[in-house]
Amino acid sequence: MALSREEVAALGRLARIELSTEELEHLAPQLDQILEHVARVSEVAAADIQPTSHPLPLSNVFRADEVRECLTAEQALSGAPAVEDGRFRVPRILGESA
Amino acid sequence: MIRSTAADLAAKIAAQEVSAVEVTQAHLDRIAAVDPAVHAFLHVDGERALAQAAAVDARITAGEQVGPLAGVPLALKDVLTYSGAPTTCGSKFLQGWVPPYDATVTKRLLDAGIVILGKTNMDEFAMGSSTENSAYGPTHNPWDLDRIPGGSGGGSSASLAAFEAPLAIGTDTGGSIRQPAAVTGTVGVKPTYGGTSRYGLVALASSLDQPGPCARTVLDAALLHEVIAGYDPYDSTSIDAPVPAVVEAARSGDVSGMKIGVVTEFSGEGYAPGVEQRFREAVGQLEKLGAEIVEVSCPSFTYAMPAYYLILPSEASSNLAKFDSMRYGMRVGDNGSASAEEVMAATREAGFGAEVKRRIMIGTYALSSGYYDAYYGQAQKVRTLIINDFNKAYEQVDVLVSPTTPTTAFKLGEKIDDPLAMYLNDLCTIPSNLAGNASASFPVGLAPEDGLPVGLQVIAPPLADDRLYRVGAALERALTSDWGGSLLSTIPELEAAR
Repeated sequence: MALSREEVAALGRLARIELSTEELEHLAPQLDQILEHVARVSEVAAADIQPTSHPLPLSNVFRADEVRECLTAEQALSGAPAVEDGRFRVPRILGESA
Repeated sequence: MIRSTAADLAAKIAAQEVSAVEVTQAHLDRIAAVDPAVHAFLHVDGERALAQAAAVDARITAGEQVGPLAGVPLALKDVLTYSGAPTTCGSKFLQGWVPPYDATVTKRLLDAGIVILGKTNMDEFAMGSSTENSAYGPTHNPWDLDRIPGGSGGGSSASLAAFEAPLAIGTDTGGSIRQPAAVTGTVGVKPTYGGTSRYGLVALASSLDQPGPCARTVLDAALLHEVIAGYDPYDSTSIDAPVPAVVEAARSGDVSGMKIGVVTEFSGEGYAPGVEQRFREAVGQLEKLGAEIVEVSCPSFTYAMPAYYLILPSEASSNLAKFDSMRYGMRVGDNGSASAEEVMAATREAGFGAEVKRRIMIGTYALSSGYYDAYYGQAQKVRTLIINDFNKAYEQVDVLVSPTTPTTAFKLGEKIDDPLAMYLNDLCTIPSNLAGNASASFPVGLAPEDGLPVGLQVIAPPLADDRLYRVGAALERALTSDWGGSLLSTIPELEAAR
């Protein structure tokens, strides 16, 4: 299979992790080795087998749509890296041209 | 006092032979003395622990009825929220984060009068088998400080073996309660999926994660199991059914007439001779006690590990997307001109360790279009086949048994840069998580070649958790009588080991 450094960098971009060049060198062969191992699932003949996503046979679980106690805005903001006017302050989310 | 069982401590506290404050202080003193060498704790919360203990003493003095573990100290894995103390999950990303709410498990512990000593070390976001992936440094196995205490819940297991706490809580996604229990000579139980609440457990893989009890004796684990288990409306996958009669089973330990299946696939190449020897001897004990032993083959288990290392990273890559540096945890590179996406990527680069990055990327790969069917889709089908193997086995037997781990505790640093070798530690424990059934590890002796603990795994059908305790109690009784004491009574003195 041999995963290239470029492919690993692309995965990093998809996962929003800005990998350094040294990490790419190190990770590419490791990920390759792991993927080669997990690819063994393809040896199993399972065309007519239903997939299992979850161990319990549950479908939608609902509760009554009632107002109940929850975190205050202050509590919810208590761990935020930056807060302004009782809200989460975030870096710009629009591009320069927008 | 620190060597007492939780059941004994609770009885003495209730009878006012000793106060909960004295018991708590003794454990805090022990932590102060040995934790610099063991490093089981990331955070010790002595002041609140003593206040909780004093509250239990006051209730007893006032003549109130208290629960069966009231006043007994406990070590909580740092992946469960406990308001007022930091929850880091062993990650730099959450350094100093103090959650604004309690996990359901935490709340039930406090309601039961259990005293929380602090938070225990773990592999970052519960990814690992050695605690070496903790951003705060590894925990050392009290049997040999140069060896791993298991993982991800190595802090919890080490705190028990070091007599820093008589009870601990772990979480198990692929063996993170059972493997640490096996390599430290302690008891660890992964309840049936849905048996204990995941509310307030920082998710690794939501279809696999399950909190559970860790202790030095089978009865202590059962008493703790009963405290934390049961339906929770805050967890949509919580099972609305009575808690299995685990304490009764732990007190009984009667295995006569029980059918016990030895899993054929979990032996042979890769298994240490001492592990196989102690395992076979323990099975022999169960047979002597009246159990019927049969060999059971579960051919799909061979594919459990590859399926797990697709399903887990897929779920983890999705769960860990919430660490986006916007609402909690670390943020780096926010210089006024960088975009949110750039800040996110820079923060995740700085905040996550190597194993977390590896698994997020494997998950991202397995879920990406073009690969989904071949990887994640196929792994889900293998999951079905594994469940089918279990169901077929349970037609013949009441429980399955195997060694918990292929080897005893390995040396710190030995496998840290070889992810696949590390993953092999979970070979025997993974199928239970994929199927969602109940599973436990019990100590069955020391491997002759290295003098390190060996664990025996018991697996029972969903909601038959009581059978685990029945087998565990039978083994404990027979083996401690043969040994003339518990396995942990033979552990080297930590002071001497230092």
